[in-house]
Amino acid sequence: MPRSINQNAYASGLPDFRNLGIQLRIGVIVNAFAFAAAAVKSPSLQTLWQQSIEICSLVEPLLILSLLVLAALSGWLRRIPYWPGAAVVLGLELALTTVVYSVGQSLVGPDSAPLERYWLLVALATIALLVYFNLRSRVLSPSLTEARLQALQSRIRPHFLFNSINAVLSLIRQEPRRAEAALEDLAGLFRMLMADNRELAPLAREVELCRQYLGLEQLRLGERLKLEWRTDRMPSDALVPPLVLQPLLENAIYHGVEPRIEPSVVSIDIYADADEVHAVLRNPYQETSERHPGSRMALANIRERLQLHFDAEASLTSKLGNDVYEVHIVMPYVKERSG
Amino acid sequence: MNQDAKALRVVIVDDEAPARQRLHDLLDECAGEPAVVVAGDAANGRDALELLARELADVVLLDIRMPEMDGIEVAQHLQQLDKPPAVVFTTAYDDYAIRAFELHAVDYLLKPIRLERLKEALARSRSAPPRAETLRELARAPRTHLSAQERGRIHLIPVAEVIYLKAELKYVSVRTAAREYLIEESLTRLEQEFGERFARVHRNCLVARAAVRGFERVEEAGEAHWEVVLDGIDERIAVSRRQQQVVREFSR
Repeated sequence: MPRSINQNAYASGLPDFRNLGIQLRIGVIVNAFAFAAAAVKSPSLQTLWQQSIEICSLVEPLLILSLLVLAALSGWLRRIPYWPGAAVVLGLELALTTVVYSVGQSLVGPDSAPLERYWLLVALATIALLVYFNLRSRVLSPSLTEARLQALQSRIRPHFLFNSINAVLSLIRQEPRRAEAALEDLAGLFRMLMADNRELAPLAREVELCRQYLGLEQLRLGERLKLEWRTDRMPSDALVPPLVLQPLLENAIYHGVEPRIEPSVVSIDIYADADEVHAVLRNPYQETSERHPGSRMALANIRERLQLHFDAEASLTSKLGNDVYEVHIVMPYVKERSG
Repeated sequence: MNQDAKALRVVIVDDEAPARQRLHDLLDECAGEPAVVVAGDAANGRDALELLARELADVVLLDIRMPEMDGIEVAQHLQQLDKPPAVVFTTAYDDYAIRAFELHAVDYLLKPIRLERLKEALARSRSAPPRAETLRELARAPRTHLSAQERGRIHLIPVAEVIYLKAELKYVSVRTAAREYLIEESLTRLEQEFGERFARVHRNCLVARAAVRGFERVEEAGEAHWEVVLDGIDERIAVSRRQQQVVREFSR
């Protein structure tokens, strides 16, 4: 079954412990807890440092051990129902605390604090984290539906649709075959736009969609639109959120090509690097071109969907330099699980 | 021949070739009343103005969204012609413009254009060209060019090249590094439209902020005043007493 946001957000409130962003969040929150505990425990600021080191000597091994064990169990944890899953996590943490505590006792010597106090602290921290992740997934689920709706609504500019239909109409008499091809592209494009786009889809399909879209734009703009594709190092099997590139190309045409009389180059460079997929889109930037709120909405929408799918492992950056506008997307290289 | 003389002369302006082709096809079918001939077509605003200064036309089918100069601005410059044509705007989708057109009863056609609607628009179009005030209200952004009429031709002056605008008796003189033009507009309106680009230094003069090199204090018959030193021309412009705060504004 392909990875989908659907699964991530609804199936269980437990987070994906293998995800880098989740691990980072756990690390930050646990350390904040440890520091707060040290601050409460120490009578003066001078002893705060000493206290922190003492607490960290227990917390850090426990944290690292927990992250490893949770990552290993993540697949299983996310398959079982939420409450048993949460109970397992809590039990696991208490057990690990006991292990780290007794190992620490034998290595460093007797600790002043009894094991029960650590159990209490760890239980509190674990419950706080579970509540946090549960709330977070609840907050994200409605916005997920919304993001999906937006994917349907804000994607294609009506301007594009009507101009394309107009272009096809003009071809019917003189070049019926090109008109046929254009209508097929239009149908393909809208089939994709109206599909359930929550599941990740192969990159090759997204690129195919982009080519159909650009075919239609080429029909309208003719010589004014020059395309430079670099896809020889493209990982066709990588799974990406659907419509992650097409809206960006639409922006590129709308802001980079249409406002100019001279031919403009839009370049698309897609490649894999280690375990990451990169997509770099460039288009000329006209200083006078109106800043349409639509384009920022498209960027925000894609950013949100990337985050929903990949959390901190994906990024979208845009920059302006030398009259060229560039958008760079980095995604983890996720392959379809076979069998 | 006699028929042709009375035929409606139409010019097509659209930046997309298929859209122009479509209008050609539709106009071919508009035979009969009124008889229609296509006097030419253009792919952008500048070409359109050149064509229309050369070819007499009754109606222009004018696309709104075009590169560098939009349809509304083209229509504004067309007013410089002795006999400006009637304008029918065309657009694929533009909520804002359509609301404005409805409000001001300006004729427009939605793409893809239906033959019936086109015929109706042409039948109505023998009426007057759009009014200047209406076009000003329709415009969403300041014009990219000013236009001056010279011997029946429309001369376009890129606003970016203008160094200063000075009100004369009936005209406003437009100074660029190369030369001077006279346009029939009011300085107040120009200030409203291009307020961000120009600064008022005198009751009768706006200078381009980008062209200001500095200010110089000048003594004349015991009276001291400021003068603007400009890039591109040697001429200097006096700063009136009432506009003296401009000097401070620039020195910041």
